[in-house]
Amino acid sequence: MSGTFTKAMARNIFYGGTVFFFLLLVALTVDTTTNLHKSDNSANLTPQVVAGKHIWETRNCIGCHTLLGEGAYFAPELGNVYPRRGPEFIKAWIQSQPTGAPGRRQMPQFHLTDQELDDLVAFLKYTSEINAQKWPPNIEG
Amino acid sequence: MKYTSQSVALPYFIAAIGLFVGQIVFGLAMGLQYVVGDFLFPEIPFNVARMVHTNLLIVWLLFGFMGAAYYLIPEETETELYSPKLALLMFWIFLIAGAATILGYLFVDYNTLAEMTGNNILATMGREFLEQPLLTKIGIVIVALAFLFNISMTMLKGRKTVISIVMLLGLWGLAIFFLFSFYNPGNLVKDKFYWWWVVHLWVEGVWELIMAAMLAFVLIKVTGVDREVIEKWLYVIITLALVTGLIGTGHHYFWIGTPGYWQWWGSIFSALEPIPFFAMTVFAFNMVNRRRREHPNKAAVLWALGTGVMAFLGAGVWGFLHTLAPVNFYTHGSQITAAHGHMAFYGAYVLVVLTIISYAMPLLRGRAANSQRAQVVEMWSFWLMTISMVFITLFLTAAGILQVWLQRVSDTPMPFMQVQDQISLFYWMRLWAGVVFAVGLVTYVASFFVKGESKPLITP
Repeated sequence: MSGTFTKAMARNIFYGGTVFFFLLLVALTVDTTTNLHKSDNSANLTPQVVAGKHIWETRNCIGCHTLLGEGAYFAPELGNVYPRRGPEFIKAWIQSQPTGAPGRRQMPQFHLTDQELDDLVAFLKYTSEINAQKWPPNIEG
Repeated sequence: MKYTSQSVALPYFIAAIGLFVGQIVFGLAMGLQYVVGDFLFPEIPFNVARMVHTNLLIVWLLFGFMGAAYYLIPEETETELYSPKLALLMFWIFLIAGAATILGYLFVDYNTLAEMTGNNILATMGREFLEQPLLTKIGIVIVALAFLFNISMTMLKGRKTVISIVMLLGLWGLAIFFLFSFYNPGNLVKDKFYWWWVVHLWVEGVWELIMAAMLAFVLIKVTGVDREVIEKWLYVIITLALVTGLIGTGHHYFWIGTPGYWQWWGSIFSALEPIPFFAMTVFAFNMVNRRRREHPNKAAVLWALGTGVMAFLGAGVWGFLHTLAPVNFYTHGSQITAAHGHMAFYGAYVLVVLTIISYAMPLLRGRAANSQRAQVVEMWSFWLMTISMVFITLFLTAAGILQVWLQRVSDTPMPFMQVQDQISLFYWMRLWAGVVFAVGLVTYVASFFVKGESKPLITP
C-alpha cells in the first residue's frame, strides 16, 4: 500500500462502508419482515403450533436433527417429516424410542403425553408448509 | 509484560485451555457415536454431547478473547487496567456459571433444566448454540457488560490506538448482537431469521474485528514492523470483512421461509467473504517477511502465520464451496456444512486465541520466550492439530459429497440413515484424525511444562 493511501482514508472507508452496509442489511430486514407473511405460513400459526415449538425446543431436538437444514447432522431432516411419514407414524416412532438395536444410533425416550405429541406434530405440519423455496430437493430431506 | 494489571489475563488463558480440552473429549465421544450409535447411550445422548462440545468451544473462545483484551488493552493504551479486581471477579463468575451450565447439561434432563431455570417465563433454550438456560444467558450479559465497562474505562484514560479501538468495537458488537438470543418468537421463520443475527453477525462479522485486532497486535510485537503500516492493513481487512459479511448474512436466508431475493444478495456478497481472509493471509506473511527483528518466540510467529492460512482455507475456501445458492440447494445441512464449520472455527478463532496465548503466556510467566525445547514441543502441537484438522475436514467433505449424491442428487434418493451407513468409512477416518488432534492437544498442554533455559525478559 503506497503513501497516497493514508490510514485516515482507510479509517473513513471502514466507518462509511460499515454504516452503509449495516443500514442496507436493516433495510432488507425491514422488507423481509413486511413480506414474511407471504412465505412463513403464519396464517396457520396456531397456539397449538407454538406449544409444539416449545416441546421441540425443550427436548433439544436440534441437537441431533436438522429443521429446514439447520441443526445437527446426526439424524434425519424433520422440516418435511410430516409429508414423508405422516402424523401417526411420527407419534408411534417417538413413543417407541429408543430402539435399543445394538450399535445403532439411539433416540431418547421423552415420555410425551398424547397432547404434547399432537402439539409437536402440529408444529411439524406447520413447518412443512413454510415456503422454503422448494428445499429440500426431494422427500428424503 | 509492561503493566502489572496485564497479569489478569493469565487465569483467562488457563481456563480457555482447560475448557478446550473438555471440548475435544466430547468431540471424540461424538465422533465415536457417529459410527457406534449407542456409545454412552442413554447416559450421554448425542444431543447432550454436541451441546457440551459447541458450548465449550464458544465459552473457551470467549475466555480467550477476554484474556486477550485484558492483556493487549493496557499495553496498547499505555495505562494500567481500570479495575483488575473486577476482571478477576468476572473471571470466577464466568467460570462458575459456565461450569454449572455444562454440569446442568450433563446431569439434569434438558426439559427439567429448562423448567428449573425460568425458560417458561422467557423461552430462549433449545436453539442451536443458544441452548444455555435463561440464567446463564443473563449471566453472560452481566459478565460482558462488566468486562466492557472495565476495558472501555481503561481506554478512556489511555492512548487510543487503532488496534484497541477495533478490538473494542468487536467486543461491543459481540455483546450487542448476543441480545438477539433473548428474542425467540413462536414464528419459526422469524426465530431462525434473528437467530442468525447472533450466530452469523458474530462469526462472520464482529468476531473478525476481534480476530484481526489480536493478530495485528501480535504481528506488531513479533515483527517490529511500523505500527502505521499494520494499522492501515487492519482497517482494510475489517472493511472487507464487514462490507462482505453483513449482507453475506443472506446466505443463511435461502431455504428457511424468507423471500427468494436473498438467494441473490446472499450468493453475491458471501462469495466475496473469502477476500478479507485472503487479505489476512497476505498481511501475516507480508509483515513477517518485512520483519525488523528476530523475535525469540518462534512458536508465536508460527501460530500467527497458521491463523492466516487456516482461516482462509476453512472460512474462505470451504465457505465459498457451498455458499452459492444453486450449490447450497444440495449441500445445505449436510456433512459439507460440518466440514466447513470445523475448519473455519479452528482456522480463524481457535488459532488466533492460541496465537495470542503463545505470545503472551511466556511474558506472563516472566520470560521473553520459552526455552527452545518447549517451543519445539509447542510447534509439534501446531502441526499435529493443524494437519489432523485438515484431514477431519477432508473426510467430512468426502462424506458430505457422497451424502448429497446418494440422498439428494441421484434419481433414486436413499433415506437418511441408509446413506449414513454407506458413508461410515469416512466417519471412522474422521474419528482417527480426531484422535491425532487430541494427541496434538495433549502435546500442546505438555509444552507448558517442558523445562529448559528460557530467554530472560529484558524490559526496554
